[in-house]
Amino acid sequence: MIMVSFYILGIIILLAAILAIYARNIVTAIISTGVISLLVSILFLLLAAPDVAMTEAAIGSGLTTMVFLYAYNRIRRIRERNDG
Amino acid sequence: MAKYFVIIILLILLFLIFWNLQKNTAPRNRLDLLSSRYIDQGPREVGSANLVTAVVVAYRGFDTLGEVIVLFLAATGVGFLMQKRQKAYPKSNPASEILRTGSDVLLPVIILTGTYIFLHGHLTPGGGFQGGVVIASGFLLQFLARPESRIKVRKLHFIESISGFFYVLSGLAGLILAGGFLDSRFLPLGKWGELISAGAIPLIYSFIGLKVGSELVGILNNLKGD
Repeated sequence: MIMVSFYILGIIILLAAILAIYARNIVTAIISTGVISLLVSILFLLLAAPDVAMTEAAIGSGLTTMVFLYAYNRIRRIRERNDG
Repeated sequence: MAKYFVIIILLILLFLIFWNLQKNTAPRNRLDLLSSRYIDQGPREVGSANLVTAVVVAYRGFDTLGEVIVLFLAATGVGFLMQKRQKAYPKSNPASEILRTGSDVLLPVIILTGTYIFLHGHLTPGGGFQGGVVIASGFLLQFLARPESRIKVRKLHFIESISGFFYVLSGLAGLILAGGFLDSRFLPLGKWGELISAGAIPLIYSFIGLKVGSELVGILNNLKGD
């Protein structure tokens, strides 16, 4: 039974990774990298590594996603200012 | 022609090396000597209920010191690179009411959770790094909700340097009072599984948590720029 959840998680992680590469919208790509980290942390939890899961959830899906979004937002604002 | 010949020969040799490696690797069906020693002796020797912490702080304390130094260098590099180019950024738009109110409500809870994680590092999963990152994520939320807010950088740097200093100092105390550098047994081990136990591990993890948290907040503050 636990193997089934591994496979489901793995397939969703792969799909999210492909979406992160090919998405036209950058915000979609950033969010899907965050989703990858979140699902990987669930995988770590299932594999009985709660310490690693905690780090992955906090850094991977929390800090990194937010920093990416922040940087993207800033680039967009600078572009808008330079265009207009 | 001779060049391609040499390259092909080298590739074949490399393939043979890896072929030999994978042929001689048998799957392991029991723990090796080092792992079984950690698992058997760890709780008695170090007194930590969370064995991962016993390995990270006590047995492999030197690695943890190296990681803290790497993070410190990264923070210094970010501070150095992002120092210039200030005031070049356009003003950010004010955040929504929901984000501001939610951030105000959540910030104390997030900081408390981070503190809990690093104080209970020897009992439950987690530790200094995880707790510090959770604290930094709380401050990131505050930065997003209130872009105009300022952080007292001098106090931040003071916390960072003083906790790093005391971390190394507790390592030296282990060298003098116990078995070696970063030996956490210079304080009494106490009762197994209680909050104040496991020697100096809660102390060391608190220093690491404060240092990692303040360093990451400093990095975020530098990335924020204005």
